[in-house]
Amino acid sequence: MMNNEIELQFPAKSVNESFARLVIMGFVAPVDPSAQEVTEIKTVVSEAVTNAIIHGYENNEEGIIDLKASLEDFKLSVTIKDYGMGIENVELAKQPLYTTKEAEERSGLGFMIMESFTDKFEVISVPGVGTTVTFEKQLLINPSAQEAFNSNED
Amino acid sequence: MSRKSYVFNLSFKIESIRFGKGKYMSISVSLYVENQVLFVNLTGELDHHTSEQLRSRLNAVMSESKVKHIIFNLKHLDFMDSSGIGIILGRYNQIKAGNGSVMVIGMKPLVKKVFELSGLSQIISVIEDESQINEVMRGSA
Repeated sequence: MMNNEIELQFPAKSVNESFARLVIMGFVAPVDPSAQEVTEIKTVVSEAVTNAIIHGYENNEEGIIDLKASLEDFKLSVTIKDYGMGIENVELAKQPLYTTKEAEERSGLGFMIMESFTDKFEVISVPGVGTTVTFEKQLLINPSAQEAFNSNED
Repeated sequence: MSRKSYVFNLSFKIESIRFGKGKYMSISVSLYVENQVLFVNLTGELDHHTSEQLRSRLNAVMSESKVKHIIFNLKHLDFMDSSGIGIILGRYNQIKAGNGSVMVIGMKPLVKKVFELSGLSQIISVIEDESQINEVMRGSA
C-alpha cells in the first residue's frame, strides 16, 4: 500500500500556477510516474488553478485556492477549490470553445483538456459560493517504486 | 537551461527577454522579425501567467514592425496548457486578416498532445524543422 496525502492553501496569484504544478509533480514523484502521466497531471492542475484565478476570482489576488491531493495504490485524487463567484451553468462551461473571456483570448478548452487527461473528472459549482474541481487518475503501477516505498515504511 | 540560437541569418534582433526568475517558473522568449516574418522562440513553460506577458510583447512588436507571418518555435517548450493555445489562436486571428500564415515548429510530444486536442492543427501548419519553412510559405503565398 502506498498512501499519502497533502493539503495546501495559496493565494490566487498567477505566479502560483507554476508553483501548483511543481507541488503536484513532487507529490507523485515517489511512485515514479511516466513523463506522460506527469505532464497530464501538471496540465490538469494548471488548468484548474488558472480557472480559479481568472474565473473564480476574476484576477483578485486575495482569493484563496485549496489544493488537496491523495495517492492510494497508484490512484491519484486531486481537489482544487476556490471560494469565488462560481459558475452558473457547468454543463455549458464544459462545452469545448465556450468561453466568457474571449477578449482575454481564453481558448475555452480548459475543461475539455482536463476531462481528456483524467479517468474521472467532476466540477461542482455554486454561484456566489465557489467552484470545486475533483479528478482521479490511475497511474501505471511501477513495482520498483512500490518496493522502494514499502522499504521506507519499515 | 541553455538556449539554442537560430540557424537563420537574422536581419536584426528585436529583443530577448526572460520572464520570471528561477528555472522552474519562467519562460525565455526571443523575438526576431525578418522579411515580415516574426520568429517567436520559446523555452520553458507557457501558462496563463507567462502568456499574459508574452501577449503584450508580441502585440508591441506587431504594432512596431510589419508582420505578415508568425513562426512559433516550440522545440524547447516543456509545458503548454490552454493559455498557450489561446496565444497561438489569438495571433492566428490577427495574421489571417492580412492573408498571412502561422506556423509551429517542432513540438515535444506532450505539448503536441495539447495542441492536437485543441484542434489547432487543422488551421496551423506544423513543421518539423526550419528547412520546411520556405516550402510552406511558398504554398501559402
